[in-house]
Amino acid sequence: MPTMFEKIWNGHRVLEREDGQTLLYVDRHLLHDGTAPAFEMLRKRGVKLRAPERAFATPDHYMPTDTRRIDEIANPELREMVASLTRNAAAEGFTLFGLDDARQGIVHVVGPEQGISQPGMLIVCGDSHTSTHGALGALAFGIGMTEVAHVLATQCLWQRKPRAMRITLDGALAPGVTAKDMILHIIAHIGTAGATGHVIEYAGSAVRALSIEARLTLCNMSIEAGARAGMVAPDNTTFAYLAGRHYAPTDWDRAVEGWRALCSDADAVFDTEVALDAGAIAPTVTWGTSPQEAVAVDGIVPDPAAAPDAARRAEMTAMLDYMDLRAGQPVAGIALNRVFIGSCTNGRLEDLRAAAAIAQGRRVADGVRAWVVPGSAPVKRAAEEEGLHQIFLDAGFQWREAGCSMCLGTNGEIGAPGERIAATSNRNFRGRQGPGVRTHLMSPAMAAAAAITGRITDIRTL
Amino acid sequence: MDRFAPVRSVAVPFARDNIDTDQILPARFLHLPRDADHGACLFRDLRWRADGSEDPDFPLNRAPWRDVRIALGGRNFACGSSRENAVWAMHGHGFRAVIAPSFGDIFAQNGLKNGLLPVRLPEATVAAMIARAEADPSAELTVDLQAQHVIDADGIAHPFEIDPFARRCLLDGIDELAFTLSHHEDIAAFENRIGRDNQ
Repeated sequence: MPTMFEKIWNGHRVLEREDGQTLLYVDRHLLHDGTAPAFEMLRKRGVKLRAPERAFATPDHYMPTDTRRIDEIANPELREMVASLTRNAAAEGFTLFGLDDARQGIVHVVGPEQGISQPGMLIVCGDSHTSTHGALGALAFGIGMTEVAHVLATQCLWQRKPRAMRITLDGALAPGVTAKDMILHIIAHIGTAGATGHVIEYAGSAVRALSIEARLTLCNMSIEAGARAGMVAPDNTTFAYLAGRHYAPTDWDRAVEGWRALCSDADAVFDTEVALDAGAIAPTVTWGTSPQEAVAVDGIVPDPAAAPDAARRAEMTAMLDYMDLRAGQPVAGIALNRVFIGSCTNGRLEDLRAAAAIAQGRRVADGVRAWVVPGSAPVKRAAEEEGLHQIFLDAGFQWREAGCSMCLGTNGEIGAPGERIAATSNRNFRGRQGPGVRTHLMSPAMAAAAAITGRITDIRTL
Repeated sequence: MDRFAPVRSVAVPFARDNIDTDQILPARFLHLPRDADHGACLFRDLRWRADGSEDPDFPLNRAPWRDVRIALGGRNFACGSSRENAVWAMHGHGFRAVIAPSFGDIFAQNGLKNGLLPVRLPEATVAAMIARAEADPSAELTVDLQAQHVIDADGIAHPFEIDPFARRCLLDGIDELAFTLSHHEDIAAFENRIGRDNQ
């Protein structure tokens, strides 16, 4: 009867409060270099970490990706963000994958990569893209800073039970279509608030067929549809991915047996059901300043005149103005200044392979600056072992160190006003990549193609 | 946290759907310490132009709304990034309540923990309040958490829902942490059941 989400929820209930909220026990708390205020909150109250062995940290948001040395961070305020994480780890005794550690990276890449994120776990992090970890069959969601402090102090979190949504994608993906296109297509379909108050379970043959890295991309952007979390039922693909990872359970067979029982029961009832045809998804690109403003790459920029009401018309007009686009303009052919391949959405090895396959033997267009930023140090190493870095370098891409980088630019890596960027990250909000910067979200292969031609390009025609 | 007292104020309309927290507090201010002046960074890139001058069209730059404690928002207000700094910026600027048809989930939770009350009212009610504010910017609203209603400019009360526990914490000016810490035996019992490291 219960859904996978309910099974995990029920397994983590510590207490019920009279107002209907539940105190949930947190298995894994992921921390990054933006967490300093939470430690400050605890120090002020004289409270220590309840379970430091359940906290794992890595610097990602504030570290520039052209160096691995803290003392080379020019801005002292940013340097302090990274340095304070190191100090807090030493003082509080939690695990840190620091800049000198071969496991450092974006927190949402590191968790799965090290086997820290596992099926059935409740995972939180002070970052909205924590939904990523649901790809392994975990219940994982982002929380605010006060909640981070609460989890550090109690290893628990009060939550009102969200509703359950199932999004079923059946059919086979067409050539050139990836998990990134799937999630952009889903968000365009249900809207940026389409899953507010829900936990999404992604199901169907097209989801089953995805690798874990692709499922991580899919779940990563659940928050962009408003969802608390996104998840995929664990299966043999999941178990094969986790086997042998550093933090994988030692009693493996028993763990797998438990994980198999996590799947939603056949008669499980979801509050909301959505079904989409995976075969109908095209390579997808955003044109506006919300992830829901996505269209097929062979489509056109929509016309505000066709909007259903005045408010929507005004919103679309403002977006076109900011993005410097006109209604009816073909999406393919929009000229770009920069390309960013990376982030917790698309900074994994398969993403870099897909981009390299396009870049191989080609050159970045004149006047375009193209960056490849691996999601973690292990991703970077693995890519270099395969020679992917050489393909990128030969084509004229920059090959950088691991971090969040231009996804949100808190490390200072932003575009200049008016620049237009093809990005494999997750948000195209106004100013997201710097004041006045225009962002088009797309898959790694599409971003690589954009770098080569200098324009948004349908990879099916490259 | 201060006790949450009734708020009577003009109400500034941010009459757009899906306003994201990147607009409310741009990412380049995320490193500021908790006690910094986050209010000065609120809607930084919408309040000021690139040349540093104020944008006179942005509502917060218009006379009756410069000193304002209540915001009116569109659907899905403050979606996107989990940054609690967005709440700190609104609270730091003087806001104590945001009235909207719906909110980004994380923002609403963050608001409750920082004395910024998210008030959900029906879409038509919020639309009427926004229309009234635009027609008469001096019109005042009252947000009364004790009574759990908003009184509009015509004196009509609009009740709203809120978790009773969150309401109690706001009214008494206390936070959840002390309450949870008092339940440490329940947490310890849970830990004993699952094992100190359950994996």
